[in-house]
Amino acid sequence: MPYQIPWLIFLLPVCSLLIIAFILRPFFNNRPKLGGYVTIAAISTACALSLWVLATVIAAPGHKLDIPDFQWLVIGNLNVHFGLLIDSLTAVMLVVVTIVSLMVQIYSQGYMDGDSGYHRYFAFMSLFTACMLGLIMADNLVLMFLFWEGVGLGSYLLIGFWFHRPSAANAAKKAFIVTRLGDVGFLVAILLLFAQTGTFDTEELHALAIAGTLGGTVLTWVAIGIFSGAAGKSAQFPLHVWLPDAMEGPTPVSALIHAATMVAAGVFLVARFHPLFEHSEVALTTVAIIGGFTAIFAASMGLVMTDIKRVLAYSTISQLGYMMLGLGTGGVAIGIFHLFNHAFFKALLFLGAGSVNHGTGTFDMRQMGGLRKAMPWTYATFLIGSLSLAGIWPLSGFWSKDEIVASALDKPILFYIAMLTVFMTAFYMFRAIFLTFEGEYKGGAPAEHGSHGPNNSYGPHESSKVMVIPLVILSVLSVFSGWLNVTGAFSSFMGHGGEVEAHGFIQGFFGVLSHPVPLISLAVAALGVFLAYAMYSARWISAEVMGRIFKPMYVLFSRKYWMDELYENVIVKKVLINGVFAVLGLFDEKAIDGAINGVANGTVAAGRELRRLQTGQLQFYAMFIVLGLVAITVCYYIFA
Amino acid sequence: MNLTSLGLMPVGLMHYLILSAVLFAIGLYGVLAKRNAVVILMCIEIMLNAVNIALIAFSRYVVPVQLTGQIFALFVMVVAAAEAAVGIAIIMAIYRSHQSVDVDKLDLMKW
Repeated sequence: MPYQIPWLIFLLPVCSLLIIAFILRPFFNNRPKLGGYVTIAAISTACALSLWVLATVIAAPGHKLDIPDFQWLVIGNLNVHFGLLIDSLTAVMLVVVTIVSLMVQIYSQGYMDGDSGYHRYFAFMSLFTACMLGLIMADNLVLMFLFWEGVGLGSYLLIGFWFHRPSAANAAKKAFIVTRLGDVGFLVAILLLFAQTGTFDTEELHALAIAGTLGGTVLTWVAIGIFSGAAGKSAQFPLHVWLPDAMEGPTPVSALIHAATMVAAGVFLVARFHPLFEHSEVALTTVAIIGGFTAIFAASMGLVMTDIKRVLAYSTISQLGYMMLGLGTGGVAIGIFHLFNHAFFKALLFLGAGSVNHGTGTFDMRQMGGLRKAMPWTYATFLIGSLSLAGIWPLSGFWSKDEIVASALDKPILFYIAMLTVFMTAFYMFRAIFLTFEGEYKGGAPAEHGSHGPNNSYGPHESSKVMVIPLVILSVLSVFSGWLNVTGAFSSFMGHGGEVEAHGFIQGFFGVLSHPVPLISLAVAALGVFLAYAMYSARWISAEVMGRIFKPMYVLFSRKYWMDELYENVIVKKVLINGVFAVLGLFDEKAIDGAINGVANGTVAAGRELRRLQTGQLQFYAMFIVLGLVAITVCYYIFA
Repeated sequence: MNLTSLGLMPVGLMHYLILSAVLFAIGLYGVLAKRNAVVILMCIEIMLNAVNIALIAFSRYVVPVQLTGQIFALFVMVVAAAEAAVGIAIIMAIYRSHQSVDVDKLDLMKW
């Protein structure tokens, strides 16, 4: 394979961004569809090339390709190169990002139809995809950080796409600022690594960590710093608050950013630097604990949300917690395998939610119901996605979730947390299904609230083909993507062959049901589905009664543990505004302004005194001329 | 008759220069110290004439063949005459507006 191919994968979305921004937007603004076609062409080519790269990496010895570098920055001994690192992790991520991105772009053609910002939308989508692809291929920390921030920018622009709505503008700012908090840790880790080792190169750092040159407290702090960046992007507790609000963006954006790619960036980062984590017990435990806690914490809030996108948002946070747990307890293969499966079914679920919104004009599940008949395709694909997310055999979610739960076996607390989360996940997903698709239609949104008003005039209806086809493709992937690791093939590709015993496909496929852990997790998930059925479909148990019985918990969950209030009222208002900012303001006012005003006042005062010399009388001036002449003469005779 | 025998020194370059310097200093003092604009103008004339003496003396004693200093002095006189004419006209105008030619009162340019 020519080495330009990976570069091309990165450059294609960049080209599409440039074409849309500099050619289509100014000259073809009245033909918005063109922007979508350009983007889809670029991404589908990138997707095909990614599959080629994956095939090449599978065939390559050591599952790694050598790509020549470009020199970027040379300062003294510091040589930062502009290079790509293509290994198994990168290849898998490339395929995930390009496939999900392609599906989302195709879907967007239908979803964003008629939006005045059509060109802008596809330009931002291209920018975002390009940054994400750059991030996963970058071979050094500087380049990685550059694209990392680029991904942050892309998400900011897309979340705030409908910036005329204050809630969207605020959500964009919130996402940007909260993720930036995590990035501080990442940046510190990069600088600390450079101070210790003098290199930014990923592979050199891996080698140093494995050789033990880089170790001890420094390595722990570095790993925790990297994890803090990852926690910001991947919405781990306590930096998870931005993700639910980020649902203000267009739904395909949520599918791309908040399900499959951007939030996966954090998980990817930890996976990329996993050798560093492996050599620090503390860091690895931190990752596992934060991940496990986030999983159950977010799932509990997902139980009570009434907005279908918010249910999915908390589910995403929860699943990201799972991935972190998998990375912390099991290893790269387990965490990334879940990321791989999750990307497909979560993108599917988000796009399904978008389709529901398209048909009814609302995201509020209380106003839906009975959509199964009106939207059969959306229903079928959404059901597959939910089953997969709930971890029902033999869909993809089952295989990866099972591995994570099993890897947490030797840490009992995390294991029970993971199990409880399996239950919650199944419950809230099927609560969403029963509320949305079963029962009676409850009228959708009042016309003025629908973001797609005209579609609402004749009741709920199936979305157009351009939106349904991506759903179908993604649902197929959601079924089958998990089977890749039935024989342990995925794990051994990711370099963890020793941890999973190899066996035949059929034996692995059915044999997994003879082990206790998968059976328990399956039973727990089934229990969750059953409870949701009992409460929201058959109504044997009244949801209102349950709400009254567990009122304190219900309030706690639905107010999101008061985390937003904590940040807003305590940290931002009390600590920052009244504390830090007040002190800084005082310093600004007194010291900085004082110095500047002091200089100005001094000059004015000096001028006020000195102008007395300006008498306006020529004789007075002439006298000084003469005195000056005398002084020069005297000096001349003294010193000459 | 020899001047030396009469107890007198022959007049040389140095004498002319001293005369010139004294006249220049008197003129300068007048320009700096006097209040009456007409007197100041007269003092400027004295300074110019002091310079003329120096120019002619240098010309006569240093390069006697050429007449450069003398010619230069003639130019200075022309300029001085023009300057006096303009200066007196200005003083006349000032007098008409201020009823005075006291330069201490002419401080319109002051801050």
